[in-house]
Amino acid sequence: MSTATTTAPRSAATTPTDLAAPRPDLAAIPFTRLLGVEARKTFDTRSGFWLLAGIGIAATLATAAVIVFAPDSAQVYGSFAQAVGFPMALLLPVVAVLAVTSEWSQRSGLTTFTLVPRRGRVLLAKGVVAVAVGVVSMLLAMGIGALGNLLGAAINGVDPVWDSSVQQLAMIVLANVLGLLVGFTLGVLLRSSPAAITAYVVYWFLLPTMFGLLAAYQSWFADVQGWIDFQYSSTLLYEGDLSATEWAHLGVSGLLWLVLPLAVGVLLVRRSEVK
Amino acid sequence: MITIESLTKRYAGSTAVDDVSFTARPGRVTGFLGPNGAGKSTTMRVVVGLTPATSGSATIDGRRFCDLPNPGREVGVLLDASAQHAGRTGREILRIAAATMGLPRARVAEMLDRVGLTDREAERRVRHYSLGMRQRLGVATALIGDPRVLVLDEPANGLDPAGIRWMRDLLRGYADAGGTVLLSSHLLHEIEVVADDLVVIGHGRVVAQGTKAELLAGAGSVVRALDTAALAAALDAAGIDHTVAPDGAVLATAEAARIGTVAHTAGVPLTELRSADSAGLEEMFLELTASSQREGVAA
Repeated sequence: MSTATTTAPRSAATTPTDLAAPRPDLAAIPFTRLLGVEARKTFDTRSGFWLLAGIGIAATLATAAVIVFAPDSAQVYGSFAQAVGFPMALLLPVVAVLAVTSEWSQRSGLTTFTLVPRRGRVLLAKGVVAVAVGVVSMLLAMGIGALGNLLGAAINGVDPVWDSSVQQLAMIVLANVLGLLVGFTLGVLLRSSPAAITAYVVYWFLLPTMFGLLAAYQSWFADVQGWIDFQYSSTLLYEGDLSATEWAHLGVSGLLWLVLPLAVGVLLVRRSEVK
Repeated sequence: MITIESLTKRYAGSTAVDDVSFTARPGRVTGFLGPNGAGKSTTMRVVVGLTPATSGSATIDGRRFCDLPNPGREVGVLLDASAQHAGRTGREILRIAAATMGLPRARVAEMLDRVGLTDREAERRVRHYSLGMRQRLGVATALIGDPRVLVLDEPANGLDPAGIRWMRDLLRGYADAGGTVLLSSHLLHEIEVVADDLVVIGHGRVVAQGTKAELLAGAGSVVRALDTAALAAALDAAGIDHTVAPDGAVLATAEAARIGTVAHTAGVPLTELRSADSAGLEEMFLELTASSQREGVAA
């Protein structure tokens, strides 16, 4: 026991105020304060810091890879934007997962949910912060990609090619935010860091293969895949433009993969026992 | 004031808390005593809204915990000192608590000072903390909002003797200033020295409650003699109920003066005679909770 290293505590017998005295009515905790607290909690652990640093590092590496390996014809901004977006699709959902699950896996929820008993508000604050972190990270990554495009053009002695419209970039950001929300949903639903991260990896890497095979062999599935397969529908966002039907696909499959499970998850969190 | 009324918490197949009612009053330390697994922690978790009750209610000054606008400013809670993000520093954990409650940052340094954590210790991550340091950090988190109700589950766990003494003074000071303190323990002695009121729980049910003075009254006396058998015979003859412990101590249900007279009359020389106090309460505690002990009471 290393309590011996602690200094002698000040006499505890002196309590600062008269505890029996009536107090002015306390104000409820405003939502903006929860946002600030949750934002702080995203960055203040070593894992949180490195995860976010990792986003910057991964974007830089992806940019470097395009400059080094891509043929001259592909040294256009679109290539960079796609390359920096790829690692984000894995890292951002992990940020969202951990924001939720650490309260249970690290058991800090015991304090969090006694200080703020309305758990739905805490989850909402976490969700808003995660989306904000996602958008800012994507903009940062795209900025790094833009620098890469300038650098690549300078190395090749050509004018940089800006082939992506703002709309296309916005679609890529949206695709990543949707992926992040899937991670968030899995976190709320499973409340365990390893389980939720594994589930996300399955969703991201395994599910497309399985649904792809199913669609290849079963024509009925190929017909409805857009309505059911959220990842399939959201991946189309990378193409930069969606038809009305494809937007409908995104909405319906999103209802299945995001809205419903999240609603169930939030309900369970509000009713569950925090231990 | 904490008011618990007919509180019941059932899990599939077992009842953790069974129709528990008691009140923790302002200006008093209420000791919540029971063996491990008796339902103390579950009751406390229901009080602070972490566990939903099956039936019954728990209120703080008449309001449910989850209806408090800023609970940290009204109720200081320490349920499990180890339940913290291991990757945060002690100071960061207090900063987050202060920020959530809307307190000025200066409160953090104040509380670190109050619980005796040095600046260097405050900068270390909690995974490197001893249980005693976590316990101090947990107390700091509970006190930072300057609440008038404290709910502490086994706060003395992991503290060294000086730390236990400090904790005791702190709780006493809080109650003397008009605060309400509810603290649990499975160790009788720990609670006996600080509590004004006692609630004894076993197998999810309250088996005894009252002021410490009430529960101690009628606890009898501890008496020893060179010839234990002769003493027992004399007590029998006088019609005084008694039990003989393996170490030869006799616990008799009469006050010391009467036992002294009986022994003198019977000509039995005594080696010790005192009011039972803790020994009596301990006997009661073991007896009351014997049926719910996980292991049989060592006779």
